[in-house]
Order: sequence, then structure tokens, then C-alpha cells
Amino acid sequence: MRRPFLSLAAAAALVAGPAAAQQSDLTIALQLEPPHLDPTSAAAGAIDSVLYANVFEGLTRFGADGGILPGLAERWEVSDDGLTYTFDLRDGVTFHDGTAMNAEDVKFTLDRARAEDSANAQKALFEDIAEVTAPDPQTVRITLSQPNGALPFNLAWGDAVIVAPESIDAIKQAPVGTGPFRFEEWVQGDRIELARYADYWGEAPALEAATFKFISDPTAAFAAMMAQDIDAFAGYPAPENLPQFEADPRFQVLVGSTEGETILAMNNGQPPFDNALVRAAVAHAINRQDIIDGAMFGLGTPIGTHFAPHNPDYLDLMDFSPFDPEKARALLAEAGFADGFTTTLKLPPPSYARRGGEIVGAQLRAVGIETEITNLEWAQWLEEVFRGKDFGLTIVSHTEPADINIYARPDYYFQYDNPDFQALMKELSATSDMAARTELLHQAQRMIAEDHVNAYLFQLAFPTVADARLRGLWENQPTQATDLTGVSWAE
Amino acid sequence: MSRTLILGLALTALFVGAALLSFVWTPYDVETMSIAQRLRPPDADHLLGTDHFGRDILSMIMVGARTSIAVALVAVGIGMGLGVPLGLWAAARRSGWLDEAIMRFNDLVFAFPSLVIAILITAVFGPSAVNAIIAIGIFNIPVFARLARGAALPLWTRDFILAARVAGKSGLRISAEHILPNLANLLIVQGTIQFSLGILAEAGLSYVGLGAQPPVPSWGRMLADAQTMVALAPHVAVVPGLAIVGMVLGLNLLGDGLRDLLDPKLRVLRT
Repeated sequence: MRRPFLSLAAAAALVAGPAAAQQSDLTIALQLEPPHLDPTSAAAGAIDSVLYANVFEGLTRFGADGGILPGLAERWEVSDDGLTYTFDLRDGVTFHDGTAMNAEDVKFTLDRARAEDSANAQKALFEDIAEVTAPDPQTVRITLSQPNGALPFNLAWGDAVIVAPESIDAIKQAPVGTGPFRFEEWVQGDRIELARYADYWGEAPALEAATFKFISDPTAAFAAMMAQDIDAFAGYPAPENLPQFEADPRFQVLVGSTEGETILAMNNGQPPFDNALVRAAVAHAINRQDIIDGAMFGLGTPIGTHFAPHNPDYLDLMDFSPFDPEKARALLAEAGFADGFTTTLKLPPPSYARRGGEIVGAQLRAVGIETEITNLEWAQWLEEVFRGKDFGLTIVSHTEPADINIYARPDYYFQYDNPDFQALMKELSATSDMAARTELLHQAQRMIAEDHVNAYLFQLAFPTVADARLRGLWENQPTQATDLTGVSWAE
Repeated sequence: MSRTLILGLALTALFVGAALLSFVWTPYDVETMSIAQRLRPPDADHLLGTDHFGRDILSMIMVGARTSIAVALVAVGIGMGLGVPLGLWAAARRSGWLDEAIMRFNDLVFAFPSLVIAILITAVFGPSAVNAIIAIGIFNIPVFARLARGAALPLWTRDFILAARVAGKSGLRISAEHILPNLANLLIVQGTIQFSLGILAEAGLSYVGLGAQPPVPSWGRMLADAQTMVALAPHVAVVPGLAIVGMVLGLNLLGDGLRDLLDPKLRVLRT
């Protein structure tokens, strides 16, 4: 939703001087602050939320609807055997330090991401790349070890954005990218400031400057929004306040979908959750609608497997785990836990987890499973649960797009180890025929739903509260991003 | 009895009574959620309304009173149990190195911001009601130690103590048999005040998530949960807020009233 006439208006305002009424800066709040500013070496989605599409760009990119659009590559061709991709880079692309972006930078980026010692959080994206060459400054050739139809999709991720060897050492504090905004300042604990990059290759954004504020406390978020200290809040943390904003003519409320499958994850590597019957019992003890209503005030779509409902390949598999406490108790008895058992439920900070956890605790108690609830901060959660795998149950939203392949990683935190599923994912990445891919994705969804690897709760909604005059904000979250390139102020 | 004392007694009795009653009966089960009934304003079914999970707030306040009182009572018990003997000991060895050591240690504990230490303790050992008790209890020790020492020192110069010493009683026996009984009224009054501060501290800790963990109801957490819903359903914040105010006010009035009643000097003034 670009509005070029508005960028003209902004330019006119600039000429007219600061006294002109047209606003050209934006203060937008997010709940989470990034730990550092290198999207290519951390799993933290908060980094992408600030920098993706604003400061950093990849060869391809996600559009607002989740489709794959050309990014720094203007076009690409695939060889007949599906093994060679040739990307034509755009002309006149420069990094914010003034150096030109060319094929060598792309080669550097991809080689760095897939290197043995790479810190990239999504190395699997680059797994099939055998070689990257730069025949000339405007052309990049990627040779694959096996056909992978998802390569343009993989390269659109925030983990695959193009970085320069000149600025890589300081990237965590002073990121240098090719995007329409350059990084200005990071006041840790408070805000990150971006400013329009004058030599951007593409259409100049309407905004001259943007400030990302980090407000983790829902009450403070409400106060800041009401006082209009901030112009927008992307991912507003307290759904119970939304009706109030909707009723207020000063604000608009957008409720979009995300790639966030919110799951009650079970530790498949540990008793008692290594027992499929116990997992099935947990899945049947859960009343999804109560969790959505109670924790999210009705925002969210129930899911029955690890797949986004807005995806055309989604299957409704909730019949594998309907709310049925009687059956849950029977399954527990069959598994040898007629008297129930006690386990841990470790919860990260977002309200879907904290509130959802209390509801899940009550629902599990009703079938005889006692949970000891522990509230953790994100750093502790990553340490204890994600890396340490020291948990029985946890609730978390998986916001990466199309991430069902995490079930093929036995060392992933919920430790699902099923060779059949791993084989299925191998087959999937080697398949480029769309119909065949759909069939494989259906099989995969069914397999994890049948196995009750985790209890699938709901697809996270993405509420944005914004000044009523703002235009062009992303409503949905096809990937974690706050793309400001198309954002402008209405008259 | 003064009006202060009666009002204090009545308020305290109300909450203690509710807490005791909750052991045998509450209007609803506090752990049963009914999402469809959430955020209902007070009515005949739910006298104080329901919270965001559809739990009965009156029942939660009753059980929450139990949590608050238990935490504060044990914490004050720790403070008194350790602080008073320390203070008496220091007074018995007045102006010796032991007196110095005990009192400087007390100053040290006193100088730490208690909430920070409480957060530290719960961060290391994990948040729970027990750790909240320990955190609050530790900071009650210097209060009672100072009080006991300060009140005991002038007593040691009195003639009846001299008589006891002449009779050959040890410092320990004199402290226990002659000093402590003379401090009792002071300690009761201070204990009541500390008890109310303990209730506040418990509410503060559970407000930041470091007190009793869900599903055990606690007033501080009820307030924290209600925070974003004030505009939507004011009663979810007002009710636990009033409960905390009522309980603390009651205990303070009770403390004041008891002091008026027990302190012989004030009694003389009144007559």
C-alpha cells in the first residue's frame, strides 16, 4: 500500500521548513528490545522486528501478504535440473556507509551464514547450498547439492539479509545495511532511531525518521498510547484494552494474523511425555477456546497442528485432539498414570504464556495432572527451556514462517525424534512440484497431530494500535517485521 | 478501650476470620475457572464479581488473606524470634565488642534496601511464598533487635536489676526473667506494626511476581493481573486494593490502640 503522493507531500513539507504541519517522523513501540542488532547471528525475532526491510534487505523479501517479492535481486532464473539459481542484482545499490553492494557481498553473506562456525540461527535455510559464485559484480550464482524449490523463500528470511564484510565487525552495535533507513542511534533500554537513507536504490519512504521505543509493560503501553507519546504500537501486549482504542476516534486498531503457532510444548525426551499416550491425554485435556477467550480476550484462531491457518496448505486437524477430559483421564490411566502426576510448566513473559499457563494449569488439574508454574524472563527461558531442555511443559509461540521442519530436529527443545518425519522433511526440501509439496506438507501436519508431539493451542493474532491518521502499516506478520517503507501520515 | 482499638480489632478480626473460614468454606472453589463468566461485576451470585478467568473474587480474597497473613505472621515471627534475643544479648553485654558486633551487623542489614534483597533472594532460589517469608523475615530482625536493646539498656541500670545481679543471677536469666517481661508491651505493639508492614511487603513481592505462585491466590498478584483491566472492569483492581488497605489500616489502628492501652506512661497522661 504505497502512496507515492504522500512522499511528495513529505518532500514538500521539507522544503517548506519545519513549521509545516505535515508530520514526517514516526514513533512506534514494540514490546521486546533486541539483544543486539545482527539479524544474521541470533534467533531473537526482536532484531528483525526493528531492522528487517528497514535497514537490512535480502536477495528476496516477504511482502505484506507473505508472498515472496524480489529484493536486492531484481530477478532470478532456475536451471532445468533445479540445481542452479542465477540472481541478477539491482543497479545502484549502496550500503549506508556509501560502499557499493555487489555480488561479492552476497557471496560473503551466504558463505558466512553457512560456514561451519556460523552463528546463524537458521542454518538449515542454507543447508542445500553447495557453492556461491560471483561471475560478475551484478550476478550471483548459487549451486545446490539437491533441488530445493524453497530457495527464494529461504533467502527472504531476516537471517539471510545481505551484509558487508567492511562493516561486519561492528554490526551488533552499528548495523550497516542497504535499506531505505539507516541506523542512527541505539539508547539501550529505551529506543532505536532510524533516519531516511538519501541514496536508497528504490522509492524513497515517506517517513524521514523513525524511532522504535521498547515498552515491555502492558500498563505502560496503555498509558503511552493513550497519552499519544507513541504513534503506534506493533504487537500491542494487552488485548483486553483493544475495545477501548477501537471506540476512540484518535486511534485505529488492526488485528492481523501471524506465523505464530502458539503451542503447549511437551518435553518428548523425558518421562512422562516420552509416552505418546500421556501427550495425547494432555492434548485432550486442553480447551482451546477457553484459552483464547481467557488469555487473549478472543483474539486468535484455534489450530490442531503446527501450521498457520492462513496458509493454503493448512489442514484442520483439531479432530485429533478435541476437548475431552473423560478421554484424557482414560488415556492417562492407560499410560499407567491413573492417579495423575506432577510436572513443571515454565512460562516466558508474554501474556499468552502467563495467562494461558494459568488456564492450562487449571485444565490439566481437572484431569489429574498437577503443574508447578514457574514464570521466567526470556533470557532464563532460553537458557533453561530452549537450550537446557529442563522442563516438562512450556507455552511459546513459534513465529517463524513455515517452520514445521523444526520437528525434524531431534535436538530441538521439545526433542521429537521420529525418523519417518525426518525422512518426510528431506523429501519435501527435494521436491519442487507444488502439488507434491502440498501432499507432503499435509502428511507432515497429520503426523505430528497424530503423535500429539505438542498440544496445539492457537494461532497468535497480531494487534496493532496506531494513530488514526497513519497509513501503510503491515496488518499481518508473515515474518517478524515492522516494515516502514510504505508508512505515511494522512492529511 | 479506645475507638481506635475497637475499629482496628474489628477490621483485623474481619480479615483473620475470613482467612480462617476459607480453610473450611469459600463461596466458590478458587481454582475453578469459568471463562464464560469472566469479569462479571458484583452481583448476587458473585458478591465481589469475577476476575479475568471467571474465578470468584470473594473466594480469592478469602484465600488470599490466608496467604498474606501466613507470610506476614511467619516473617514477623522470624524477626522477633531472632531479633529480640540478639537485642537482649547486646544489651546484656552493653558497650562490649559483642554489643558492637551485633548492632553493626543490624545496621548493615538495615541499610540494604529490603525489596532489592528480596528480589535477589527470590531470583536465586526461585519465587515462592517460602522465599518471600525468608526475605521479609530477615528485614524484621534489626527492627526488633534495636527495639529490644534500646528498651533494655535503661532497665539494666535500675535497682531491681541490681538486686537480681546481687542475688547472683546470670545475664541470661536476668534478660529472660526481668528484662523481657518489661519489654512485652513494646514488642506487642511493634509486632503489630511490623505485621502490617509484612502484609504490604508480601503484596509488593507478589505484585512483581516474586511471592506465592499461581494458582495460589494472593492479593498482590490479583492487583498485578487486574492492572490492564481497570478500564474494563474496575472491581477486579478495586477489591484486592481495598483488601490490602483494610488489612493494613486495621493492623495499624490495632497497634496504636494497643500502645495506648499498654503503655503506662500514656495511661498516666490520659487520666
